[in-house]
Amino acid sequence: MAVVHFDAVQKVYPNGFEAVKPASFYIEDGEFVVLVGPSGCGKSTMLRMIAGLEEISNGVLQIGDRVVNDIDPADRDIAMVFQNYALYPHMSVRNNIGYGLKNRAVPRDVIAAKVDEAAKMLNLSDYLDRKPSQLSGGQRQRVAMGRAIVRDPALFLFDEPLSNLDAKLRNQMRIEIKALQRRLGVTSVYVTHDQVEAMTMADRIIVMNGGVIEQIGTPSEIYQSPASTFVASFMGAPPMNLLEVTRADTGLRLADQILPLDLPDTGAELILGIRPEDIIPDPNGPFSIMVDIVEELGAHRLLHGRLGDQSVTVHVPKDYTVAEGVLRFAMPIEVLSFFDAASGQRVSR
Amino acid sequence: MKRALFSNIWLPVALLLPQLVIIAVFFYWPAGYAVQSSFYLQDPFGFGSTFVGAGNYQSLFRNNEYLKIANFTLWFTVIVTFFSLAIALILAVKADRVIRGAKTYRTLLMWVYAVAPPVAGFIAVIMFNQSWGPLTEFFALFGYRFQVGVNFNDTAFAMILTSIWKQVPVNFIFFLSGLQSIPRSVREAALIDNRSASGRFWTVTFPLLAPTGFFLLIINITYALFDTFGIVDTVVKGEPGNNPMTLVYKVYVDGFRGNDLGGSSAQSVVLMALVLALTFVQFRLVERRIHYT
Repeated sequence: MAVVHFDAVQKVYPNGFEAVKPASFYIEDGEFVVLVGPSGCGKSTMLRMIAGLEEISNGVLQIGDRVVNDIDPADRDIAMVFQNYALYPHMSVRNNIGYGLKNRAVPRDVIAAKVDEAAKMLNLSDYLDRKPSQLSGGQRQRVAMGRAIVRDPALFLFDEPLSNLDAKLRNQMRIEIKALQRRLGVTSVYVTHDQVEAMTMADRIIVMNGGVIEQIGTPSEIYQSPASTFVASFMGAPPMNLLEVTRADTGLRLADQILPLDLPDTGAELILGIRPEDIIPDPNGPFSIMVDIVEELGAHRLLHGRLGDQSVTVHVPKDYTVAEGVLRFAMPIEVLSFFDAASGQRVSR
Repeated sequence: MKRALFSNIWLPVALLLPQLVIIAVFFYWPAGYAVQSSFYLQDPFGFGSTFVGAGNYQSLFRNNEYLKIANFTLWFTVIVTFFSLAIALILAVKADRVIRGAKTYRTLLMWVYAVAPPVAGFIAVIMFNQSWGPLTEFFALFGYRFQVGVNFNDTAFAMILTSIWKQVPVNFIFFLSGLQSIPRSVREAALIDNRSASGRFWTVTFPLLAPTGFFLLIINITYALFDTFGIVDTVVKGEPGNNPMTLVYKVYVDGFRGNDLGGSSAQSVVLMALVLALTFVQFRLVERRIHYT
C-alpha cells in the first residue's frame, strides 16, 4: 500500500509530441483513482509512466517514499492488469498467476498456497490447469486479476481492463473489481474511456483531455460542478446541456427570458450548463422547448428538443406522460453552472 | 469455409491438370525410375542392365566410404542447422530492439538471402583463396596455413561457414516476424513480472517462438542436407578427392562421374526415405504439439 505523488510529470515523445503536459497530483493510500478521457488524451501514457513501461520525460514520480523515475517496472512493487489480459499463452492458469512470484524467489509452497487462495477468491479453482486459450473472456480477465493479487503489490494499475468484455459481464466485473479493491485496500489507478465505469468505481476521478488534466474530484464533484465545458459534456449520459446566454441589464438572457442572476461582468461571453434531470417540467414555467423526439428508456424518458435555436435534452421520470410538441419548464437557479465561452473554464458565481 | 460447386466434372479436372502433369513428369516419374534402377546394375556405356535385387543397397551399407560420408553429413547438418538458427535468433532479438533505422538494419541483414548457393560457394572460394583470400590471410595472422581443397578439415570448415552464412538471413526473417507477432502487452506483463532480461527471454519469448523455431528446424535440416549442393560443388570444384562431401553430392559424383547409375539410384532412394521421415515428423509431432491462441 502506498501513496503516489506526481510532481510536474511530463511526457514528450522523441518526435516532439507532448502526450502529457506537466501534471501534479497526489493519490492517497488505499484510494481508487480513475483516469478518464477520450482516446488519445494521455491517460494510458500516464498509467504506463507509473508502471515504468514509458519513460518519464520530466518531473518526479514517487510511489510510497521512493522516487521511481529510474526504477525498473519489476522493482516498482506494482501489478498491472492489461486491456487484452496479456496472459502468457504457453503457461497454465496456475503458472500464469504464479509467474511473478516465482521470479521473486518466493518458496514453492508459498506460491502454491497464494495461487490457490487467489483462485478461490476469483472462482478459478477448477481452471488452474487449463491454458488461457481454453478460457472465456471473463475467466481470462479473472486470471489477469489473480496475477495482480498474488503479488501483494503496493499499487494496482488497470488499463481499460473491461473494454473487451460484453456489456453484461462488464457490469458484473466492475462490481467485482471494486469489491476486491475495497477488501484488499490496495491503492489503485484505473484507466478507462467509459464515464460510467469512472463514476461508479472511483473514489476520485481525474478527467483528462489533450494531455491536460481538466479536473480532479470525487464523482459527485465532477458531476455537480464540472470545471470546464469539456468535463460537462464528457461526464454524464446524456451530457450536460450547454446553452449560450447573453448578458442583459437585469441578468442573463436565455432565448426570450431573462435569468435574474448577478454574475461579475468580466466582459466574457458565457455558457450556461444544466444537467438534463435538473430541468423541471412545469406548465407555468418561464421557458418552453419544442420537443422533437421522445426516447423511451424504461426507468425514465429523455426528451430531445430545441430551446430557441439551441438543442436541449430533458430527463423526466417514467410516470411523467409527455408528448412531442411544446413543453414548458423551470430551471432552479442554484443548480446552474456557468462557463467562459472562450476558454471553456468554469465561472464561479 | 466457402465451397465452390462445379456442375461438370471435367472443368475442375482441366483446372488441376497442369499442376498434376508437372508433378507427375518432374517428380513421380523420375522418383519411380530411381526406385526401379536402384535394383539394377547398369552397364556404364548404356548397353543394358542386370537385375541385382537389393545388391546395390547391400554394397552401399558395406561401403566404408559411404558410411564415412553419411557420418560427415550428419555432423555437417547438425552444425549448420544449430549455428544458422542460433545466430539468426540472436540477430533477430537484437534487431527487434533497434528503434532508429530499424528498416535499414533489417534489409541489410536479409540481403544475403538473395545470393544463389553456387555464388555463395564462389564467394567462399574467393575468401579462402590460397594466395590472396582475406580469410586465408586472417588465419595466417595466427600462424595457421588454411588450405581449402587440400586439407579435409579446412575444406569442411569453409563449407560449413558458407552454408551457415547463406542460411542465416532466411531464419532471421522468420524469427523476426515471429518476435513481432508476440503481443506487446505480453512482453510488458513479463517486464513487470520478471526483472531479469534473460529470464524473460527463456520463459516467455523463447517458448512463444517455439512454433517458428520448430518450423525452421525442419527447413534448416532439409537445407543442410540438400540445398547446400551448390556450395559443396563450388568449394570442392567437382574434384572431391579426399575432400568432405555430403550424401547428396555423393549421389551426383557416383552417378554422373562414376557412371554407377544403380548405386547412385539406391543412394537417392535412401535420401527420399529420409525426406519422407522428416516430413512425417514435421506433420505428426511438430504441427500438432506447438499451437497456441
